[in-house]
Amino acid sequence: MSPHDDATAPATDRSGPAASGAPAIRIAVDDLNAYFGQVHAVRHVTVALPDSHVTAIIGPSGCGKSTFLRCLNRMHETIPNARATGKVLLDGHDIYAVSPVAVRRQIGMVFQRPTPFPTMSIRENVAAGLVVGDRRSNRKQQHEIVERALKRAALWDEVKDRLKTSATGLSGGQQQRLCIARALATDPEVLLLDEPTASLDPISTQKVEELIYELRTEVTVVIVTHNMQQAARVSDQTAFFLGGELIEVAPTETMFTSPSDERTESYITGRFG
Amino acid sequence: MATAQTTWGGAPSGRQRAVAERTQRSIRRRRVRSHIMIGLMYAAAVIAILPLLLIVIHLLRMGASSLNLAFFTQTQRPPGEAGGGMANAIVGTLILIAIASAVGLPVGIGAGLYLAEKRATLLATTVRFLADVLNGLPSIVMGIFAWSLLVKPVKHFSALAGGMALGAMMIPMVTRTTEEMVRLVPISLREAALALGYSRWRTSLSIVLRTALGGIVTGALVAMARIAGETAPLLFTALGNQFWSTSLRAPIAALPLQIYNYAISPYDEWHTQAWAAAVVLVGIVLVISLAARVATRRRYGAGD
Amino acid sequence: MTEIVARDAAQAAAATGVPTRPSRSWTEIGSEIGDRIYSWSITGFAAFVPILLLLIFLAVGLAAWPALRTFGFSFLTSSDWDPVAGHFGAAPAIYGTIVSSLLALLIATPLALGVAVFLSEFAPPWLRQPVAFGVDMLAAVPSVIYGLWGIFVLIPFLREFLMPFLRDTLHLGVLPLFNGPAYGSSMLAAGLILAIMCLPYISAVTREVLLAVPRSQREAAVGLGATRWEVIRDAVIPYARSGIIGGIILGLGRALGETMAVTMLIGNRHEISASLFAPGYTMASLIANEFSEATGDLHLSALMAVGFVLLLVTFLVNAIARWLVWQTAKER
Repeated sequence: MSPHDDATAPATDRSGPAASGAPAIRIAVDDLNAYFGQVHAVRHVTVALPDSHVTAIIGPSGCGKSTFLRCLNRMHETIPNARATGKVLLDGHDIYAVSPVAVRRQIGMVFQRPTPFPTMSIRENVAAGLVVGDRRSNRKQQHEIVERALKRAALWDEVKDRLKTSATGLSGGQQQRLCIARALATDPEVLLLDEPTASLDPISTQKVEELIYELRTEVTVVIVTHNMQQAARVSDQTAFFLGGELIEVAPTETMFTSPSDERTESYITGRFG
Repeated sequence: MATAQTTWGGAPSGRQRAVAERTQRSIRRRRVRSHIMIGLMYAAAVIAILPLLLIVIHLLRMGASSLNLAFFTQTQRPPGEAGGGMANAIVGTLILIAIASAVGLPVGIGAGLYLAEKRATLLATTVRFLADVLNGLPSIVMGIFAWSLLVKPVKHFSALAGGMALGAMMIPMVTRTTEEMVRLVPISLREAALALGYSRWRTSLSIVLRTALGGIVTGALVAMARIAGETAPLLFTALGNQFWSTSLRAPIAALPLQIYNYAISPYDEWHTQAWAAAVVLVGIVLVISLAARVATRRRYGAGD
Repeated sequence: MTEIVARDAAQAAAATGVPTRPSRSWTEIGSEIGDRIYSWSITGFAAFVPILLLLIFLAVGLAAWPALRTFGFSFLTSSDWDPVAGHFGAAPAIYGTIVSSLLALLIATPLALGVAVFLSEFAPPWLRQPVAFGVDMLAAVPSVIYGLWGIFVLIPFLREFLMPFLRDTLHLGVLPLFNGPAYGSSMLAAGLILAIMCLPYISAVTREVLLAVPRSQREAAVGLGATRWEVIRDAVIPYARSGIIGGIILGLGRALGETMAVTMLIGNRHEISASLFAPGYTMASLIANEFSEATGDLHLSALMAVGFVLLLVTFLVNAIARWLVWQTAKER
């Protein structure tokens, strides 16, 4: 299932964000550079990520795609000696001008390996993001939010009878969907996924991909993946990174059928990476 | 290498046969030596655990028979009278542990958190090294240290002084075990919390510390068990007390102090009481140590 | 730790001309304050450790100063300990500390190494855990319990069996080391009990460093035709040598400072004797024995001076030991 064969998809312009101006830009990245000490990991990246779209980021190992992703919610700077320069505008506000905690409450992230909090139950895990910030709610509201998040993550039916049990009792695929539910529970505007299905089995991978596809109408999704077929399946727009630089960004169909840069073509046809 | 052979076949010469025999003998000698040394190692293992077995057996033989309800409920009888108990000493030990923990746990856990989070700063390296060194200092030095600060100025002995001396001993123990346990929490958990919008302090406390809590508690219990058996720091701080006392400002009885005083006394009845107290003390310490070992192994997998 | 260029939020928002949302909510300020409090707190707790050590040196040193000033260097060399006359020479105690600790190491080291090699190299799995547990638990037994057992079991054993055996049956009594009356309470008793007490420390450290020796070392030796013992002697132990030495020195540190068991078994006599059968003193047992009945300030100060010497020596020994163990850890 991919955006391309869904006949009833909304008629959004897929020809790139700048052209017709139809999809609003959620995140505008302007000359972003990221460093680990002296290592220049992300170089002068400028890109626009449209609202309610799924943007995939592909590229060989070590090309900086994960680092770039982590700059979008200021997670990059949590590593000692790491820093970033440039602008990242979320709805026009530069996220580097406000507190990182505030940024991360508006942008959710799911990591490569599932990370449920081991001392908490399933319900507590999903509600974990609710206890901070301006989202304090009463018990009943919390339960509703948890249920809704678990349903969106396609996990509700499997766990609804054991919400109080430990989250570590779930399988890998379930745990990852739990992490997605946890990220969704805070109602983020943007969801960042860093190779979310890399450690999952094929069936869980498929469930997660379906989930991503359904989410795009409500949330802006940016997904880093080393799996090109996955990028082709779930995304509207794809960006290709190489050596820390953004080589090319284009609508997914264009990217995979007629890329403009020859390096992109080499990567896509499997000549390296 | 069974027999020597010339490279082009043919029977070995006399000289080659001699070399072969010498090599054989040398191999045999080395093998015999190997077996002997390994046998010695087995012997060493047996000798090494012998004292523990001897002590435990002797403790049980001498002490278990004297253990009765009175031991846990009464205080000491004058010399020459049989019976009586060490209820005040048991309570005293508990009070001392409580005081020590009130000081030792917060500082130890706090310092352990610092060491785990700020791994390589100058302070962290220094503290890690000094904590290990502190762990090895004689407990009598801790005793005279506490005496000079808490007894000499006020000219009386107190449970508080004894508890503080023990607390000072707890700090480096708890610091190191806390650091180890917090380090075991994977970074991915911390990142997951940060990505949810948790502030650093909340991440450290509600996620990281909470995840490591089991191990930290185990470490704290082991530290408490260790100081429960310490006598030297109490000799001139808590001093010991024949009577019921729970006041922090007065001398207080403690199990190990009582054992010491009774053991060096000339009275047989008191010797019996000392053995009984020893059973209780060693029982507590060994049980907690064993439980801690099992808990750690279960949580983090076997690996001796 | 980060170098994010942080500009005023209002300024940035004004520049882009978009309506601002509140730039700093209370929760954001709260989290920043919380972070700062947390950071200061744990730093403060950590700083407490070196401060504590400094306090210990200061407190003990200051109390020791009067005696040290009065007697100077002779404090360490004189054997005259006479509270009544006001003379205090700590030489017997220092001598006793050294002798008992060396004796303990002499006995404990081969045993500890043997056990450690046994456990790490070729103990059958079903034996490994119980034996390891047994050895480690030796460290958990309180000192006073060792003393108790020593008084009622070890000393009678020495007095009635071992000492006469060594002196008479084996005729070792011709050596000054083994002659003299067999009271039981003696340097030998202290040395033996100390050996039991420092064995687990040497064993634990040795086990750790042996386990860290890479498998390739052993395999290389086996490939060259070494016997099991030769693998251990020539491939494993040399690799772990500085860690093992560190463990031995750690055991020494423990032996130097042990108080209760020693004071219950050594006889507590200010005497320098060549014989192991004679009673003696160690620094720690001297303090434990005389502190509560110290007569006068000078006496107290002299005891504190003994404590200061003990503190200094054990600090150095432990620092060296830890440094050595650290070195091996770094080399891995």
